[in-house]
Amino acid sequence: MPAPTRSVDESFLALPLSALAEAALTRAVDLGCEHADLRVERIRTQTVRLRDARPESLSDAEDLGLAVRVVHEGTWGFAAGVVLTAAEAVRLAEEAVAVARVSAALSTDRVELAPEPVHPDARYVSDYDVDPFDVPDADKTALLADMSERVLAADGVEHVQASCMQVKEQKFYADTAGSRIVQQRVRVHPDLEALTVDRATGAFDSMRTLLPPAGRGWEYLTGTGWDWDAELAEIPELLREKTKAPSVDPGRYDLVVDPTNLWLTIHESVGHATELDRALGYEAAYAGTSFATPDQLGTLRYGSPVMQVTGDRTAPHGLSTVGWDDEGVQAQEWDVVRDGVLVGYQLDRNMARLRGLPRSNGCAFADSSAHVPVQRMANVSLRADPDGPSTEEVIAGVDRGIYVVGDKSWSIDMQRYNFQFTGQRFYRIEGGRLAGQVRDVAYQATTTDFWGSLRRVGGPGTYRLGGAFNCGKAQPGQTAPVSHGCPVAVFEQVSVLNTVQEGGR
Amino acid sequence: MTARRAQDVVEQVLAASTADAQITYVVEGSEANLRWAGNSLTTNGAMRSRRVAVISFVDGGAGMAVGSVARSGFPDVAELVAASEHAARTAGPAEDAVPLIGPDGGAPAATGDWDADAAETSIDVFADFAPALGQAFGEARDRGRLLFGFAEHRMETVYLGSSTGLRLRHDQPTGRVELNGKSADFGTSVWAGTGTRDFRDVSVPDLAAEVDRRYGWSQRTVELPAGRYETVLPPSAVSDLMIYLYWTMEARDADEGRNVFARTGGGTRTGERLAALPLTLRSDPAEPGLECAPFQVVGGSSSAASVFDNGMATPAVNWLEDGVLANLVRPRAWALKTTAPATAAVDNLVLEHPGATASLDDMLAATDRGLLLTTLWYIREVDPQTLLLTGLTRDGVYLVEGGEVTGAVNNFRFNESPVDLLGRVVEAGRTERTLPREWNDWFTRAAMPPLRVPDFNMSSVSPAS
Repeated sequence: MPAPTRSVDESFLALPLSALAEAALTRAVDLGCEHADLRVERIRTQTVRLRDARPESLSDAEDLGLAVRVVHEGTWGFAAGVVLTAAEAVRLAEEAVAVARVSAALSTDRVELAPEPVHPDARYVSDYDVDPFDVPDADKTALLADMSERVLAADGVEHVQASCMQVKEQKFYADTAGSRIVQQRVRVHPDLEALTVDRATGAFDSMRTLLPPAGRGWEYLTGTGWDWDAELAEIPELLREKTKAPSVDPGRYDLVVDPTNLWLTIHESVGHATELDRALGYEAAYAGTSFATPDQLGTLRYGSPVMQVTGDRTAPHGLSTVGWDDEGVQAQEWDVVRDGVLVGYQLDRNMARLRGLPRSNGCAFADSSAHVPVQRMANVSLRADPDGPSTEEVIAGVDRGIYVVGDKSWSIDMQRYNFQFTGQRFYRIEGGRLAGQVRDVAYQATTTDFWGSLRRVGGPGTYRLGGAFNCGKAQPGQTAPVSHGCPVAVFEQVSVLNTVQEGGR
Repeated sequence: MTARRAQDVVEQVLAASTADAQITYVVEGSEANLRWAGNSLTTNGAMRSRRVAVISFVDGGAGMAVGSVARSGFPDVAELVAASEHAARTAGPAEDAVPLIGPDGGAPAATGDWDADAAETSIDVFADFAPALGQAFGEARDRGRLLFGFAEHRMETVYLGSSTGLRLRHDQPTGRVELNGKSADFGTSVWAGTGTRDFRDVSVPDLAAEVDRRYGWSQRTVELPAGRYETVLPPSAVSDLMIYLYWTMEARDADEGRNVFARTGGGTRTGERLAALPLTLRSDPAEPGLECAPFQVVGGSSSAASVFDNGMATPAVNWLEDGVLANLVRPRAWALKTTAPATAAVDNLVLEHPGATASLDDMLAATDRGLLLTTLWYIREVDPQTLLLTGLTRDGVYLVEGGEVTGAVNNFRFNESPVDLLGRVVEAGRTERTLPREWNDWFTRAAMPPLRVPDFNMSSVSPAS
């Protein structure tokens, strides 16, 4: 991989980062803190929305602030503000200690952090070519309008929604051990959906692009990493075919799940289930817990022996990819499921210490300076079979099944057992061949049954990165961007529902 | 030099405008929170924020165009105004353009004191709550049980000014507490929660007593299969379904035939009976205990709101009247286009059955055999055509037999449409303030009755506890 050509913006480096760090960390040490860290974050977000090729909204926001987190007599304290002066940094250090004191009466577990080498002068810039905030707004709107018009011009397409969200995230991290880290990441999420309405029957339906959000710049919209033209050209016909497709007969089918759908199933049923904070109960009242408890590490049969899952914060263009996490831990890659058995969790420094591990694997993340870092998801990905088949070869091996493409509706329970997913489109498979679309499909399963039925994974040629900007967790709520790579995969005899029948019609 | 007081920032930004019109608002925020797990604190925080938003309106000849820019903290006023105006000058004409609201038409008659300082909260809001919680931890520990949960208090003051002369201010306190009890093996899980404006009305012993009552119900466990069951939904579960329905009530989408409120053949379902009972679903910014902003603050247009409607009064509105769909959310521009009333969304929601007196306990006493839910979770849209939603039951499904709770049942995945459900409700109890479980990150001001549904669709069993 070539070295990134970009550098951190001068306007961020020009902020009084070192002075804020010295002020806050010195005060925290004076107040007796065992550990203190300071983050300064500037997050620029722009969302362009078009409705039927006409501008609906273009909003541009920047969030700049600082936060001090301390461990004081074994208890966490956290305070955040928006005034970037040394005096405010000192005040936040004092307030964080005050919060720790209020909290001490409620704390029984003593906070200790797993050690991390000091990174005194670290820099990271994500891999992108064109900073989306260097592109004129009018060019962005014009590009999305052109895409919308092309789809809108087709017979049967009544409405088109198009949007693109762009984020530039800049962080400075400093701690009392001496780490000083500056990072800049860019990500974009373009999206287009076509809608058809049948006034006579009142029926309506939609088809959305499969292009995933990615850690890329504006070049992603102009040909790098995705063939937009080809995808937009086929949307109207795919939608027309969907509206005329027969409603699915509910029952059990072999599912061939495309990576454009499978990434989300991995996210929900493997990604969240292998977050150690959930498994330990920290999220029990909100996001939930996990069936994959630490006492089963090394023994839990998660799926069939074909299942190989890794966690990483290093994948090129991954949305969770960083240089260092929000506790100053260097990005790593590790095994989560090996030969179908649970072998690893996602960690932060406190939990790594609790588990007696020598080091965190670097999964702490805060979505802004206003929020405390919590353990958030790495890029959790299903490995392709190095000698595995193409999608056509996979389908050829299925006698009676359904090919699932694109994500849509998703829901999973608080212990990550029972899930239900729909998709953008579904094809019947008969005798190893696609036999047209079917509609109203949802697939429902229990996580370990589903992964236990994994019969075959595709080769590297089928591997794709999917992802989302808006993974939710923690109270107060925080969102995190994350990607999941996977090949096409076959699952045997999965329960398929008819969503119209589920609605009682 | 940027002013420190929010009101002065609004005046500076308005004075710097060279656009045809401008809306500016500053939101001053403060918040404090405590989070706990396994009878011990896990995270906490005290945060302050400030957001300055500038919306410039420029008519380049083809129609009014909009530039909306927001920055946190204390941005440079000249740069901020320039960025907003540049965005407006390079944007195409807005589809939702209408004249801005002024003091003489469309704005609320009276709002908070413009000149007063912003309201604030701090970690001290928990001065009584934290020790009481510590005591509850001790009691739980003594019984071999675990407590999890979250308490948060936020205060936001918005100052909204416009080039048409509006100066509107609103203080919004928002608080919530969730208390989740679990057995040591996590096999039993129970929940109690409440919304609050100031934490003075929050009683940890009352919440702990509700948690204890539900432990009592969980001593006997019963395995039940998927199927359709007579089900009593408590106010929290009702609120999460009704909030989703409310969020879908967009007139434009209905007019365009693309949501559940579209009428076959064109138009909306306004005037159609949706509920079998004479239920009222309504919002009111002055609702006691659920008070919220009496005017609109909009950063970006959508089918639910328009930046041109900033400052527009949001009076009390009935969404359902006597079980009949009465109103949909409709920005002014779309109202003009469709000759229908402009109606703004309000940040609270009340469902009522006029004259109902039955409490949840009364409804259980009148249940021969059925299920009682606690909360709903992970609610997602499966089919927009019918507004079919899926989700899970959470933290307590109880079997009711002969008027009494006789045990705790496994959890289920449900597939249900709140619109369809309204048509099948056979009994509604008396309305009370409740905390939505699924949506309380975004929506805490709700009052709902318990509802009885004869055939709630439990699609499959969830092994989760």
